[in-house]
Amino acid sequence: MRDATVMSPADIRRAITRIAHEIVEHNRGAEGLVFVGMLTRGVPLACRIARAIAEFEGEQVPVGTLDVGLYRDDLTERGPTVNIQPSDVPDVAGKRVVLVDDVLYTGRTVRAALDALIDYGRPERIQLAVLVDRGHRELPIRADFVGKNIPTSRADDVQVRLEETDGEEYVRVTAAEEAVAGSPEREVLR
Amino acid sequence: MSERIIIRGGRIIDPANGVDVVGNVVIEDGRVVSAGGSATGAGREIDARGLIVAPGFVDLHAHLRDPGLEYKEDIESGTRAAARGGFTTVCAMPNTEPPMDNRSIVEYVLREAAARASVRVLPIGAVSKGRAGKELAELGDLAAAGCVGFSDDGAPVAETTLMRRALEYASIFGLPVIDHCEDKSLAQDAVMHEGWVSTRLGLRAAPAAAEIAAVARDVALAEAAGAHVHIAHVSTRGAIDEIRRARARGVRVTAEVTPHHLTLTDEVVAFGCAGGDELLYDTNAKVNPPLRSQDDVDACVEALADGTVDCIATDHAPHAVIEKLCEFDEAAFGISGLETAFGLCMRLVHQNKISLETLIERMTIGPVRALGLDRQVPGIGTLAPGAPADIVLLDPAAEWVVEPERFASKGKNTPLAGVTLKGRVVATIAAGRIVHDETGVAVA
Amino acid sequence: MTTMRPPEARAADIPAPLAAPAAADGAWRRRHLLDLDDFTVDELDLVMRTADTMKEVLQREVPRVPALRGTTIVTLFYENSTRTRSSFELAGKVLGADVINVAAASSSVTKGESLVDTVKTLQAVGADVLVMRHSRSGAPYLAARTVECSVVNAGDGLHAHPTQGLLDLYTMRASLGDVRGKRVVIVGDILHSRVARSNLWSLTTLGAEVVLCAPPTLLPAGLGRGLEGKLPPVRVETDLDRAVEGADVVMALRMQLERMHGGFVPGAREYSRLYQVNAARLARAKPNALVMHPGPMNEGVEISHEVAHGLQSHVEEQVQNGVAVRMAVLWLITRNSTRQARAATKGAL
Repeated sequence: MRDATVMSPADIRRAITRIAHEIVEHNRGAEGLVFVGMLTRGVPLACRIARAIAEFEGEQVPVGTLDVGLYRDDLTERGPTVNIQPSDVPDVAGKRVVLVDDVLYTGRTVRAALDALIDYGRPERIQLAVLVDRGHRELPIRADFVGKNIPTSRADDVQVRLEETDGEEYVRVTAAEEAVAGSPEREVLR
Repeated sequence: MSERIIIRGGRIIDPANGVDVVGNVVIEDGRVVSAGGSATGAGREIDARGLIVAPGFVDLHAHLRDPGLEYKEDIESGTRAAARGGFTTVCAMPNTEPPMDNRSIVEYVLREAAARASVRVLPIGAVSKGRAGKELAELGDLAAAGCVGFSDDGAPVAETTLMRRALEYASIFGLPVIDHCEDKSLAQDAVMHEGWVSTRLGLRAAPAAAEIAAVARDVALAEAAGAHVHIAHVSTRGAIDEIRRARARGVRVTAEVTPHHLTLTDEVVAFGCAGGDELLYDTNAKVNPPLRSQDDVDACVEALADGTVDCIATDHAPHAVIEKLCEFDEAAFGISGLETAFGLCMRLVHQNKISLETLIERMTIGPVRALGLDRQVPGIGTLAPGAPADIVLLDPAAEWVVEPERFASKGKNTPLAGVTLKGRVVATIAAGRIVHDETGVAVA
Repeated sequence: MTTMRPPEARAADIPAPLAAPAAADGAWRRRHLLDLDDFTVDELDLVMRTADTMKEVLQREVPRVPALRGTTIVTLFYENSTRTRSSFELAGKVLGADVINVAAASSSVTKGESLVDTVKTLQAVGADVLVMRHSRSGAPYLAARTVECSVVNAGDGLHAHPTQGLLDLYTMRASLGDVRGKRVVIVGDILHSRVARSNLWSLTTLGAEVVLCAPPTLLPAGLGRGLEGKLPPVRVETDLDRAVEGADVVMALRMQLERMHGGFVPGAREYSRLYQVNAARLARAKPNALVMHPGPMNEGVEISHEVAHGLQSHVEEQVQNGVAVRMAVLWLITRNSTRQARAATKGAL
């Protein structure tokens, strides 16, 4: 498998619809839910899930954004690029928070997000929804809702593109030899 | 020294006698026998082919720091530095501790020099007691002890009346007052030259007017008294203009300029000799008078070329490392300049701003004439037969890198560290003794 | 001849400790923050954006993040300053750093310990960042050449106060948006003001029109004379009524007692008559012009009480912004890749 598209726009659409239903089912309704999208691509995903829920459940789930730049540990640190954005997290005290991200990999970013969320207040529960789980966890972290499980090797590169952030839509896996190095856009370790 | 030395085949430049010829210089018993022409007889041979052979340089302005400040320099190390720089005579400024304001300190300096110095030391006595600028020192006694002039250098003679009296009184002995021209009121707290660089660095600075006003005052006083004033380390266009005009009127004013004021600007304080964009706050470029604007530097070079400024004097000011390794405001003023003087001034020759012959004149007979030193030491600064055997061998094209750690001077404080200079002192002979020998030119 | 921005090609020639090239990708490569004189537009933008994030942190219920956990920040102040020092201390603590305050007056500095020895000692003790305020211009440059850790200049003599310049810029941008083309008038003792100088650099880099207003005795040499590439381009005015016309920002500087008796100006009365920022003068500026002051204010001298506390005064905002801006600076300086290099050095010692 050299360069394969593992999810088409239609696949992504279906996955999001399914995740939205799973969230509502698992939580017995949409009341008390808060979605927090991880910058950058977790945000449009969170918005789409919330929109889907609004359509079939008639409930508006608040959507916030979270930048974990100030919570990263050394191993997720790369080079001199240090852009961080303000987060916008709604009130989470006593709420069921669903963290939303595009790719789950080592789990370190999620750990950082958990630290951040807890600093914002005390949620009743925190759940995790991801579009893609590529394996290779380094921490005891699991996703509650997964769009697609994609086994990869560590050297592979997983690319998620969404209309809102990239103008195109797909999930692609590029095998080791062809992985392009050094692009500051991509998060290699998740 | 009864040794006979033959310096063979060099280009002999003796500006005092208008000599510029390839030939041989013969020395015997510490005196010049002949310069130019054939050389017969036995003797120690020095191969000077490809080199310049000139009278040893004469420095009118050096701080040997001895007595009292020997941690910065002493007569032994200072004169070794002079020898490396090609200077065979050094005039020692009196701001020692205690200051050279009485006979016994002068005699100490001369005794030390006789015992330990590599080159001739001529003392300059203080103008005022304790250099305090209030009462005249015993100028007559100082003159009798061997002083060649009077100065409170480090400090100006601030009180105008005292300066007037000093000029009048010193004229009894035919000796000049050498003034460090600085209006202390204008220059209060200043650590550099006032200009865009001082604004950039946020350092307190003195305008050129601080020197110009003081020089104008001094030439007016010298004129009124009919006395000789020598302006130490002139550095501004305005002061040079005053000197030029005064001299045209017949005022007995002479002047010296330092190698750094002929070549370096205030930008060196900010960016170092290497230039660049990084602010260095180079304390090794902190000096008084400060490094000035390019226009002032140009004026100094023009004046040196046309003779308005009579000579080059180093204002050698050695300091200990910790006195420079600190905040700019706290650092001591001064550059250790004996060993780089010739190389730095050769920049002007290589840039065709002054001829090599003129440069040598301004470092040999020029200073002698300015202060009338040939009265104390006949023949000094020349290669005339019978003159003291003070000789320097120069290679005007040799490139070398300034390494302060290798200075003979205890003072390593120079902004030129790491700079490549073109022009080197290859050997120095003082009173017939080889006191510096770079490349083993002396063949036994 | 020097240029204000280091050309890319020279970066390799500049010795590592002080090299500061900044690429357009928003990267931060500075180890030190000494002055704003060589900041690019991109670097200034990066600080502003980062400060936005830090402001959000400060608004949280628990304003605390672990970003600088394990980092030791030492504030080394040779001059007293309540506001700047506490601002840095708070900034460090919000970011989770350990902050140690060294007041030079009470330390072995009074026993004559040199600046070089002092900073070396603090580095040996484990300082990662040295925040220095000193009464002598250039002192932090000496410190930066002496130690491996980062040096942040909290004000050196008459020379620079870069974090003040940054927080002033942040305050202006919050109200004005882009400062390009805006007229900023700085009035007061420019000669002795490091705040004015730092603001000059950042504002002119971003294309603002800067007017300096002061009596000639309080203006530094060379400014306003078009010395391009050597000093920032500014207009110099000695008449405040004329200077303030159409201004978007009026920044008053503190007029110190010593200057008023030191022959720079005849006294407080004449100074305030000619140079005080008061309501009448403010009326000549644009309707919503910002009034700013680095503090502390001498009300009645350089600024009237009415204006100091009036609707247009942004002085309090400046102080508030100071913490966010200093957080941004501390984070940017600590977070770049040299951190790992320092960690490696520590391990090797």
